Amino acid sequence: MNLDNTILTIVTFLPLVGALLILLTPGRDGGSIRAVKWIALVTTLATFAVSLQIWAMFDPSDTGFQFVVNHAWLGNVIGYRVGVDGISILFVVLTALLMPMCILASWDSITHRQREYMLLFLVLETLMIGVFTTLDLAMFYVFFEGSLIPMFLIIGIWGGARRIQASYKFFFYTFTGSVLMLLAIMAMYWFGGTLDISRLLRVEFPPEMQFWLWLAFFASLAVKMPMWPLHRWLPEAHVEAPTAGSVILAAILLKLGGYGFLRFSLPMFPDASAYFANFIFFLSVAAIIITSLVAFVQTDIKKLIAYSSVAHMGFVTMGIFSGNIYGVQGAIFQMISHGIVSGALFLSIGVIYDRMHTRDIEAYGGLVERMPKYALAFMVFTMANVGLPGTSGFVGEFLTMLAIFQVNTWFAIFAATGVILSACYGLWLYRKIIWGALTKESLKGILDLNAREVMTLLPLAVLTIIFGFYPAPILDTTYAASAALVEHYMNASGLAELAAQAGALAPVDQAVSAATGH
Amino acid sequence: MMSEFSGFASLAPAWPEMLLAAGALALLMVGVFARNEASRFVTILAIGLLAVAGAMVLFSTQGAIFSNGFINDEFARFMKAFVIAGSILALVLTVSTAEDKGLNKFEYPVLVVLSTLGMMMMVSANDLMSLYVGLELQSLALYVVAAFRRENARAAEAGLKYFVLGALSSGLLLYGASLVYGFTGHTQLDRIAEAVAMGERNVGVIFGLVFLLAGIAFKISAVPFHMWTPDVYEGAPMPVTAFFASAPKVAAVALLIRVVFDAFEPIARDWQQVVIFLSIASMVLASFAAIGQNNLKRLLAYSSIGHVGFALVGLSAGNLTGVEGVAIYMAIYLTMTIGTFACILALRNADGYAESIDDLAGLSQNRPFVAGMLAVFMFSLVGLPPLAGFFAKWYVFLAAIEAQLFVLAVIGMLASAVSAFYYLRIVKVMYFDEPTRDYAVPAIEIRAVVALTGFLIVTYYFTVGAPLAEYAHNAAGSLF
Repeated sequence: MNLDNTILTIVTFLPLVGALLILLTPGRDGGSIRAVKWIALVTTLATFAVSLQIWAMFDPSDTGFQFVVNHAWLGNVIGYRVGVDGISILFVVLTALLMPMCILASWDSITHRQREYMLLFLVLETLMIGVFTTLDLAMFYVFFEGSLIPMFLIIGIWGGARRIQASYKFFFYTFTGSVLMLLAIMAMYWFGGTLDISRLLRVEFPPEMQFWLWLAFFASLAVKMPMWPLHRWLPEAHVEAPTAGSVILAAILLKLGGYGFLRFSLPMFPDASAYFANFIFFLSVAAIIITSLVAFVQTDIKKLIAYSSVAHMGFVTMGIFSGNIYGVQGAIFQMISHGIVSGALFLSIGVIYDRMHTRDIEAYGGLVERMPKYALAFMVFTMANVGLPGTSGFVGEFLTMLAIFQVNTWFAIFAATGVILSACYGLWLYRKIIWGALTKESLKGILDLNAREVMTLLPLAVLTIIFGFYPAPILDTTYAASAALVEHYMNASGLAELAAQAGALAPVDQAVSAATGH
Repeated sequence: MMSEFSGFASLAPAWPEMLLAAGALALLMVGVFARNEASRFVTILAIGLLAVAGAMVLFSTQGAIFSNGFINDEFARFMKAFVIAGSILALVLTVSTAEDKGLNKFEYPVLVVLSTLGMMMMVSANDLMSLYVGLELQSLALYVVAAFRRENARAAEAGLKYFVLGALSSGLLLYGASLVYGFTGHTQLDRIAEAVAMGERNVGVIFGLVFLLAGIAFKISAVPFHMWTPDVYEGAPMPVTAFFASAPKVAAVALLIRVVFDAFEPIARDWQQVVIFLSIASMVLASFAAIGQNNLKRLLAYSSIGHVGFALVGLSAGNLTGVEGVAIYMAIYLTMTIGTFACILALRNADGYAESIDDLAGLSQNRPFVAGMLAVFMFSLVGLPPLAGFFAKWYVFLAAIEAQLFVLAVIGMLASAVSAFYYLRIVKVMYFDEPTRDYAVPAIEIRAVVALTGFLIVTYYFTVGAPLAEYAHNAAGSLF
């Protein structure tokens, strides 16, 4: 068996095998529930191991797709095509990394219907990894849209008090946008004659067609991202979802939008992307400022983090559509970093929610006295969310701001205020929850992190700091593919000449090492 | 003796139909002599008969017989196979439920076999006369089946309503056929096409075409000829509703495809407008009308109207991809529909069967298997990937985009987003609400139907998707 040809299939469908095993586990007593949890944990860990193996085998200097499999299937239109490049591979690893944490976070906090819960999470993992590994446009849609089913059920069954409204909102916002993208995919098939993404990347769509295709993709991806003002479903879905559901939403499902912009909008519709760039910058900056202000007045911890996610995604869209190497690399880095940090933040909130069963900021205060380990972990993640140098959050924000500065200084100035605002609400939240005197009666008996929680939070904290000081593993992996993408975009959209006038672009590594002090 | 034999051999393309005709009569005799106790026995015999006919269809000879009035091509074989599959599954659903539903009379399976025979004639009809004969054989059997519980006022109302409106639509269709004959001089479909291609776009032919389409639109319950559907579905017993919503729909859509492509291909632009209108009206009206329904049968009636609208999206395109798409769409629609009805028929307790959406509350905790499968069918009916319902929509909309019918495609997609609302409501009630009723363990054959259809829907991409696409491609190819 040649690993090159099968490893992506394995990583995509391994979770599904675990789901099948869970389905076949007989009985509903305590013993079989324990077995189900272990099956889920082992499956997700094995998937993570496979994903690391892919990363190890991956050749970062190759700008094309690797581990490619291409079969005709379903009557020559839809095929079975997989492959990863520097843009997609890290999302596979990120997804596989966070899944075991989600299973661990749900170990005791999910008290009913554990079997269905684990089943849905494993199905969800297959669908999410599939989004990043598939090279067939229709199958991209299949995975992208298929994730609605498990997520709808996860929010609706295990969610909070207003879970039904939240699940419906989540479903209809994303579904309505996506059906338009499906039509665009069909139109691309008839124009390009194939659904193979690697071939479609070389198809030149006429500018007028690009305009409509771009808008159709935007309708779907901007909702998923989510971009202001299409973000209304997100705070509700986050607040009502169980902890692991919020983690998946923030850390991975939001990245599907950014990945879609990088994979399709920018390289396939370069003229339209250039045309709409200012529109995107406006929405991004509006998201950064407005949602940061909105986050500041929240009383619910999860809602605050949810709004901060929208603001951080603003940096991502801004970076992508600035169309230079800093922007693209920065956007990918920001997405990976945000995946780790926001996932960790939701896990942290889950820790105190499991103990106190409230997410009201006012209910907490002075936790440092009883929970020093927790206070330390939460500090790392808050600082990363704020974008403090030395944490992974800084690198992405810095690179995207560098990118937008080259394109338009005004947008850069406004985006920079967002960094200040995020410091305001981030530090305020930390002070309210962790500092102060522990006066509330209900908190007097609260316990610090147990071993299971340490196991979920510690790796993420370590990664946050490592990538803050040494971002090279991520930037090196993405560099070649990003550079090729940017070059293609510049040439196709006619921006290359403008850039030549503005002076040669310094390699991104220099900029990053200058910024991080290496 | 020799010539008789060769005469019979020359009828090879119609052997499955002849078997069903003879078999139906034989079943009738069995039933008459064995009296009512034999209803289950006759049902099982009928299932066996249909299965044999289905196998014969798969291996049947191709060709045209009866002076080209009857044609058996790839397209006919494809559609007949699914018609028969739908009839078999619908009959399987009555085996254990017949007594509760008042269907435990031996005439019921015989009528189903006869109407299946009519459907097969419809699919194979290559002449306006054989078309009408098949259509009426099917319809008359269905009228009787709708009113089968004659002591029940709602069933009688359903039967009468179905009959009156059905007769009206047959009248429209006949009037259209006579106009077409009058202005082209032919009743055979390919001859009509030749005449239409040679002559000018004659206003008489257009009139005839519109009347024909109106008559067929009634049979497939496309808006604005859909009014009978919710009432008839609600009034008829549930296994009968399952039958109505599956096989006859497939046959009528196949008939529509054959008429418009074989006889009126040269004036495609004229019928395309009509089909586009029927399609948009069906999708939009059904999506909104179903939201307010609480009765499961009425909800599924509107759902079937909507799905006919989606299938017509493929037909509107008027190209090979479109016919292929409609063929795949009807096959998947049939599977989803039978599966959905099987799930509902599986829900029975001392108080009777589940009738309304509220009866499904908390089902995922009492009957997790049925609830899970019903949820699969609902998500599939919405058209969510990776379930089969998505691929059904994929093929028909792909054809519409190829034909550059962008407005139709956008309206259809938005209608499918609206329709998600009422399908999700069933999932919500089953999974998010607390249980109020308990249900007995369903009969084994109903569980088998649920499992089979559910398996096909879930694993579509991996299992049946590729061969189905190939068969549908060949089937569509035989019309061009």
